[in-house]
Amino acid sequence: MSAVVESPTPAQRTLSAPTRVWRWFGSNVLRLYAVIAFAYLLLPVVYTFAFSFNDAGKSNLVWRGFTLDNWLNPCGAPEVCGSLVNSLAIGLIATAVATALGTLIALSLVRYRFRGRASTNLLIFLPMATPEVVLGSSLLALFLNLFVPLGFWTIVVAHIMFCISFVVVTVKARLASLDPRLEQAAMDLYANEREAFRRITLPLLAPGIAAAALLAFSLSFDDFIITNFNSGQVNTFPKFVYVSANRGIPPQANVIASAMFIISLAIVLIAQLVGRARRKG
Amino acid sequence: MSIAAALGDVQRDNLQGSPQPQRRGHFVPYLLMLPGLLWLGVFFVVPLVTLFMMSLQTAVPGGEIGEYEQTFHFANYVDVLTDPSYYTPLFRSFIYAACATVLALLIGYPLAYFIAFKSGRFRNLFLIMVIAPFFVSFILRTIAWRQILADEGPVVAAMKWAGFFSDGIGGIYPSAIAVVLGLTYNFLPFMTLPIYASLERVDPKLVEAAGDLYAPGFTGFRKVTLPLSMPGVVAGTLLTFIPATGDYVNAALLGNSKNTMIGNRIDYAFLNTNDYPTAAVLSFVLMACILAVVLVYVRRVGTEDLL
Repeated sequence: MSAVVESPTPAQRTLSAPTRVWRWFGSNVLRLYAVIAFAYLLLPVVYTFAFSFNDAGKSNLVWRGFTLDNWLNPCGAPEVCGSLVNSLAIGLIATAVATALGTLIALSLVRYRFRGRASTNLLIFLPMATPEVVLGSSLLALFLNLFVPLGFWTIVVAHIMFCISFVVVTVKARLASLDPRLEQAAMDLYANEREAFRRITLPLLAPGIAAAALLAFSLSFDDFIITNFNSGQVNTFPKFVYVSANRGIPPQANVIASAMFIISLAIVLIAQLVGRARRKG
Repeated sequence: MSIAAALGDVQRDNLQGSPQPQRRGHFVPYLLMLPGLLWLGVFFVVPLVTLFMMSLQTAVPGGEIGEYEQTFHFANYVDVLTDPSYYTPLFRSFIYAACATVLALLIGYPLAYFIAFKSGRFRNLFLIMVIAPFFVSFILRTIAWRQILADEGPVVAAMKWAGFFSDGIGGIYPSAIAVVLGLTYNFLPFMTLPIYASLERVDPKLVEAAGDLYAPGFTGFRKVTLPLSMPGVVAGTLLTFIPATGDYVNAALLGNSKNTMIGNRIDYAFLNTNDYPTAAVLSFVLMACILAVVLVYVRRVGTEDLL
């Protein structure tokens, strides 16, 4: 009978209305949605970059015309480069110390079973789950109580503190993915424990340590809230930008930020390409 | 990406133990960890204790501004919590952070889904685009929003053109909407990356199997993909909600005096009026409230969807 022939096949019958909407959504709307989301994410980046070319004069709020002067003279405005140098120095010291301390913790957590492992994990996790304003104010409370003068070194101490946890988590991820049999194989080939670690584990771990160091540096370089509590009179780049927000940020700040953006993007892209080349080679 | 990998690891670590072998040596791990844990102990745990002690101090009678003595004055908590100039910003912080978290989830989940399943060979490029905003100073990005949302900026111009605002009335900056938009923006990558990390680990064969078992498309998503991505959703919402509640940069740069959040109050009490006990009380109340919200949230989501 014709009715039987024209009845839908089982597969078509199971396509309920929500499923058809879902399929359509999946193919079209999702793509459009992603475009809008990326526009939302990147619009302020584009704005910051564009306004580094603004012929701004006193205030960099309204577009006044294109100029290369800001890029040719990035230290032209007072305190921009001073605060940048402070941020870079703090970032480098904090990264070096936090990466060393965090890597050691990650090594013990992944490679040893010991009493207090769970509480160590908790102690690593807690600083990441505490709001920055609490981290910053509690450290300031300590410094005030001990009459420690605020400045460059109190910022360094604070940055090391909040970077350690992120280093531990990042290095742990890499360590956990390493095959322990590689080190055992080295020891079967008459390497002692230290040699096996130095010649097998450490080189394999290096990308994880590098990623952790980059993460620590970018966290330190961009931190404002904790820094603001513990910096005293010392200016870092984010603090300088925040403080000058109300009297007008010089376009040179946008130049510095755009340059940092380009450098970071270049580092990430090069790391991607190197990784791809290595996987192919 | 390192952050996604790191977050992924946290989740994986919660699900299964590490496969590494046991080692002998009782003191070696303690020795390795000692410097790092000492640092966290001295500069994270001790300060929290100090802050708590500070929250129980009172002004020295006849002393200068900023001079306090330890009197274990628990009434500080009552004083602060019954003062509307403190509990209103506290309440507001949670409302703003909740709005920003929901918005970030609505934007971040489809974005993560797109990157995980529909991006093809450009996946890494899209992931870099998600973290790219981190490469520009977060204060400068927030100030860029101030310019974008300002009365003479493009958004208001477009909305006026479309007829949403008549001339002279309305605007977006400064307002609660601008603050929530800024919070959503600043924490969106923290929402997207963990969701991506858990979606990426969903085995396409499972979704396929669901399709074979007559659960195609939406049902398959609801019954298979969504539950499997819940660890990422939980991690993402926590990574957005906790810092958003304590944040005061967005409220300071995108809001006005009617939009102050608890962070603004803590900052002001600590750094401007040197009212340390009040600032310490506010910090502890903030932590306690966040902890309570997070525990309730994790328990609800945990029992209903995770297990």
